[in-house]
Amino acid sequence: MNELLYDFAQWTNGLPLGTLLRTSPTAYPLIETTHVLFLGLFLGTLLMVNVRLLGLSFRTVSISEMNARLLPYTLAGAIVMLGSGVALFVAVPLRSTQSLFFRVKVLLLLGALLNAWWFNRQLRKAEREQLDVVHAEQLPSPTFARVAAVLSIVGWLGVAICGRLMATPWFDCDRQPQSDLVNSFAGCLVGNLPPPLIDQAASLFADGTVNL
Amino acid sequence: MSFLAWAEAAEQTPIGQAIRESAWLVPALESGHLIALAILSGAVLIVDLRLLGLGLVNHSVATIHRAARPWFYLGLLGMLSTGALLILPEALKYYGNDAFWLKLGTLGAALVFAFTIRSPVINGSIRLFRGPRPAVRAVGAISLLLWFTVTAAGRWVGFSS
Repeated sequence: MNELLYDFAQWTNGLPLGTLLRTSPTAYPLIETTHVLFLGLFLGTLLMVNVRLLGLSFRTVSISEMNARLLPYTLAGAIVMLGSGVALFVAVPLRSTQSLFFRVKVLLLLGALLNAWWFNRQLRKAEREQLDVVHAEQLPSPTFARVAAVLSIVGWLGVAICGRLMATPWFDCDRQPQSDLVNSFAGCLVGNLPPPLIDQAASLFADGTVNL
Repeated sequence: MSFLAWAEAAEQTPIGQAIRESAWLVPALESGHLIALAILSGAVLIVDLRLLGLGLVNHSVATIHRAARPWFYLGLLGMLSTGALLILPEALKYYGNDAFWLKLGTLGAALVFAFTIRSPVINGSIRLFRGPRPAVRAVGAISLLLWFTVTAAGRWVGFSS
């Protein structure tokens, strides 16, 4: 599995798009700034829906309405997050593939998407059955909505935190010795260590050059 | 005291030194800064979208504004406290960073705008709702633009020197 992912990262590393992103002094910072800006749109609107599902605020707005009116903005944010995220991966594929936090991030992302799909299915069902709890205002939220909200908050905040922690050298593959468990989960291949690791957050483009 | 002297003093504070010497405090504070960003963004966006005639259009701006207010303060408190702690250990570096000053300037403008124009317009002490619709929309657009610049400049601090 780790060999397969490594081969994929090697292939990605050879793509012209990756070279373009690495050689332009402004492309990477611009894409990462876009990623952070749309985090505000995506996670911001999502959190507001979640506080409604928990019954903490916006209780004069029904769950159905809150979801329907804000979902377009959450989705727009998600599409740009995904697009810019893929571009950031293409720019730094080897380092990302052999990163413990990137892998946790992808797993949490999949879990959070599954939760979103489950919640929307439950909500549609409740709407079809004309349940007052989703249409009416001021009523306590149904259990599925509360469960989905907690899972959503934990999952998506985890995704965001892992994104930041990817920029730390913690558990990096060139910091040996590490336990076999960490090496295997982070995808460290002995003899196939990634190129010298970089701090994407601060130093990478500080002098206007890319050093991979 | 000049800003430069402030920056020098900030770096010498015990808290500034402790954060600088810790391997995990800066990533932890920046993670907290990101989460507070999400909370603040949500609270700002839901009101500004409504001012633009988008989002929760079946409810009055005042209702949405009131419901979003605790999250606005929570997000702002989180941003300011983690932000201040992130400045302390590297104050001299930020002192010479153009993006940092742009961020601080637009942050000041965004807060002044929020409290002296946006809130009074929404709660009716500035009677814009009887005036032309575009004026109300402009309040939402200006607010969005200001916070957008604060965020983008904030990320750019890490890329510029």
